[in-house]
Amino acid sequence: MVLALSVTAIVIVVLLWEVAIPHIERWNERRRARRRVVAGTGMDPGRERRAEQRARALLRSCVNDEEWSMYRDLGFLRIWGRLADGPGQPGRAAEGAPYAYLVYPHKPIVAYLPQTRELLSEHCVQFPDETRPYGSALLPDSDDVLAKWMALTGDERRLITSANMHLPGRQIDPKQIRRDLWRLGQWEQERLRRAARNDGHVAAP
Amino acid sequence: MKPGHGEVLLAEGDVEVSEEQDVLAAEFRAQLDSGMWAAVPTTVGGGRREAQLVRSFDEVPRDADRVIFFPQAAGGR
Repeated sequence: MVLALSVTAIVIVVLLWEVAIPHIERWNERRRARRRVVAGTGMDPGRERRAEQRARALLRSCVNDEEWSMYRDLGFLRIWGRLADGPGQPGRAAEGAPYAYLVYPHKPIVAYLPQTRELLSEHCVQFPDETRPYGSALLPDSDDVLAKWMALTGDERRLITSANMHLPGRQIDPKQIRRDLWRLGQWEQERLRRAARNDGHVAAP
Repeated sequence: MKPGHGEVLLAEGDVEVSEEQDVLAAEFRAQLDSGMWAAVPTTVGGGRREAQLVRSFDEVPRDADRVIFFPQAAGGR
């Protein structure tokens, strides 16, 4: 009788052990994972901000005082176009008329006619660094604006050819663009008034 | 220009010094070979600024104080 009970107890213990082993192993793994020291990823939360500060300094050193003040105060640049046939398809209203671009960071370049404020086109362009040396393919905001400025003033046709052209309003709300054009007008008038007050000299920012 | 980092100094030297010019030219070629565009910021009449895109080291003006490399443009969405 005792022997039979002992054998039964041993069988029960062995069966319980078999059932419990996977649970014990999983619990042990979770415990080890919680205690594991994870190697640092090198993430520096201030890196992007410092990159943007450097980018702003570089942009400021490249553009003139008016353009820098425009970007600092309004958040975009206006760059005059120089193609004889305008920025879009031949036959459009821009042919022969003065036109300009609004350049925003990480948004399409918007072509428009300053005299009538007619929006001509959006030119979607990016400057991706496929090597991703720092974990992101995006330039800092001010570097993106500077890249557009260099490409537009250096070889406008090449940039416009590289870009995907769309009708206005595809990505940037035309209301926002018209508001920005109004802000630009106000900003220029204020700048002219200030220049007149300073006897023709615009104060450095 | 480097994503997530901004401006990075790649090389510096005096083009009048032969060894330094070689270093600058080699770095220039390396950047263009990796798909970057090169631009030299310049000042033109009336205080206007613009960039001159250069495709070879010989096109860089001798008096240029810097060449800026940036990723080449691609059509975006």
